[in-house]
Amino acid sequence: MSLLTAYPEIAASVPLLTEDLPAADFSDTPWWLSLIKSSMLFTYVMISVVLVIWFERRVIGQMQQRPGPNRIGPLGILQTAADGIKLFFKEDVTPKGADKLMFYAAPLIVASLAFVSFAIIPMGGDVEMFGHTTPLQLTDTPVAVLLVLAVAGVSAYGFVLAGWSSGSTYPLLGGLRSTAQVISYEIAMGLSLVAVFLYAGSMSTSQIVEAQQQSTVLGIPLWYVVPLFFSFVVYVITMIGETNRLPFDLAEGEGELGGGFHTEYSSMKFGMFFLGEYINMFTVSALATTLFMGGWHAPWPLNVVFDGALDQGWWGLLWFTLKMWSFIFFYVWVRGSLPRVRYDQFMALGWKILIPLSLVWVVAVMLIRSAQEGYFGDGRWVTVLTLGGIGVFVLAGILVWDRYAQRRLAAREEAREVPEEIDPFADGYPVPPMPGQRLVEPQPAVEQARPVTVPAGPTDGDDSTSPNDDDKERRG
Amino acid sequence: MADHTEPENAHEPARRDEPASPARRGDVDPAGGKKEPGVLGQLFAPVAGFGVTFATMFRKVPTQEYPEEKRPTATRYHGRHQLNRHPDGLEKCVGCELCAWACPADAIYVEGADNTDEARFSPGERYGRVYQINYLRCIFCGLCIEACPTRALTMTNEYELADSERAPLIYEKHQLLAPLRPDMLTPPFPMAEGMEERDYYQGKVTGSTQGQQDYVEARDAEREADAEVGS
Repeated sequence: MSLLTAYPEIAASVPLLTEDLPAADFSDTPWWLSLIKSSMLFTYVMISVVLVIWFERRVIGQMQQRPGPNRIGPLGILQTAADGIKLFFKEDVTPKGADKLMFYAAPLIVASLAFVSFAIIPMGGDVEMFGHTTPLQLTDTPVAVLLVLAVAGVSAYGFVLAGWSSGSTYPLLGGLRSTAQVISYEIAMGLSLVAVFLYAGSMSTSQIVEAQQQSTVLGIPLWYVVPLFFSFVVYVITMIGETNRLPFDLAEGEGELGGGFHTEYSSMKFGMFFLGEYINMFTVSALATTLFMGGWHAPWPLNVVFDGALDQGWWGLLWFTLKMWSFIFFYVWVRGSLPRVRYDQFMALGWKILIPLSLVWVVAVMLIRSAQEGYFGDGRWVTVLTLGGIGVFVLAGILVWDRYAQRRLAAREEAREVPEEIDPFADGYPVPPMPGQRLVEPQPAVEQARPVTVPAGPTDGDDSTSPNDDDKERRG
Repeated sequence: MADHTEPENAHEPARRDEPASPARRGDVDPAGGKKEPGVLGQLFAPVAGFGVTFATMFRKVPTQEYPEEKRPTATRYHGRHQLNRHPDGLEKCVGCELCAWACPADAIYVEGADNTDEARFSPGERYGRVYQINYLRCIFCGLCIEACPTRALTMTNEYELADSERAPLIYEKHQLLAPLRPDMLTPPFPMAEGMEERDYYQGKVTGSTQGQQDYVEARDAEREADAEVGS
């Protein structure tokens, strides 16, 4: 038993969990039980993937007022099986210019690494299994969340190797984009996680889940989505960028890159990428559940009813699955609502907005935590004063930024003023306008053909005077 | 060219693409147009699309589940053709080929033949011995229907005319002929007693007579006997 569960009075009195070892207890888990649990985890993930492919197409269909796949099985639920069989029987093409070894290795890297991260996700509390009490979690380490980031970083190799080894242009571009995407969004993602670490005092997933169980009024647990809402928003944005999903699926943008890094892949090798992508979706959703949504614990009214009976054992798996699938639904919802962003916009969002704001946020969280832990001295006003100081700083920042933005806007408006008109026929032949010049608006031919100067001598008849009058009217 | 009219606002600093602010647009266009969104509406405007997609999930899906659920066509839908019969079962087609001549797609092929006393298929002098419509060519314009002088050719509402081969899509006469109603007889058989061709078109024939039924019965019995002898 961990410190937290063994000595509840300590856990209650010390808000910061100085113990950063995992809260999950694996002492009663023999190696064969770990093996069984890992195969169960594999099954769980595979079934989830099979379901999500169907779920996504159905939900997107409903969002577009069409039924989606409904041919195979009830409500089309066996569609994924049909897709899989089709993929399996397709011809496996390897391009002549491909680097064989890497071409084969890349999909394996992507698909196999995708499973790894799930090992540290706590899916439930302690359960009885074959006469042993073991947590519903394959393993945990004091740096478990870093493992997820590391694995995501390594699986970027799969994408870039796939793009490079295909030996053609579009996959190469797609692979490069994918790598840039994963790397730059991992920074913002890591920063958003730092705030969680600061609050939980640990990087172990089970410990983070336990830390979110500190209840406030009426037994409502303070999930980190509330105090760390900004981190949560940043994480949700970056998790979509990290998994190459719409609207951030630039690495496989059909309109721009053919199929992106998997253009040259077919049959099961393509299936591996497909599988990896969907498992990654589940991984980041599971991590979001664990870090921000209270992990496997039951949502509020259910965690106190029946003396907490719904908040332990196998029930955890249900709550965890529901929470994870709500993120999956959000993925699908985003895909149904937003168009793909441009590549430079995407990079600007990551580097110029998410990362700087996350940095500021992390500093703010650090100050708040220090005040709460009493590093700035004792007293009930320390935290309030710190919050006030942060507020003043943020307000000043906003004011400075606003002035800067206004000045930039004014400068841009000035630069936008309409330049001098030039006559494109000035030299006798038409020329295009140079930058900063503007063409004379063309005149209708009839107007142009009219004589514009009054004939010098006195004339008889109305013919010569009427155009002059017209001209006057026109100009007046 | 030197004397072209200058734009009126040449001295004012005009903007190349001035963003039309929604507030000002509302001022300019007070009568029509959409209502100006409130504070909340403006706040959530960038993510309003999420609301659209979410709301659409609960709307009725208008998809027709076609092969399982068939919806009736419009009553005057131009579907597959049909060669109609007189009330006693004789064919209306007289083999005049007007339909084939009217056809802009050249999809109809007709070969007429003479009716004889032994084998009478239609009331008059001639009948259509061969009647083919090529549904690979037919454009379902209905000009053949307008051309038909005896109302022999009409169109049904049947639209499932697909095949994986070409030959079956050339429909023969036996496929196009209207099915026999209960009191109809299978041609060939003579016209109703005391009736002539004109009476058929005047609607005086309302069904097969006893004489015709007897004739057909005798004819079929003879055929059966022939078949037995033959086998």
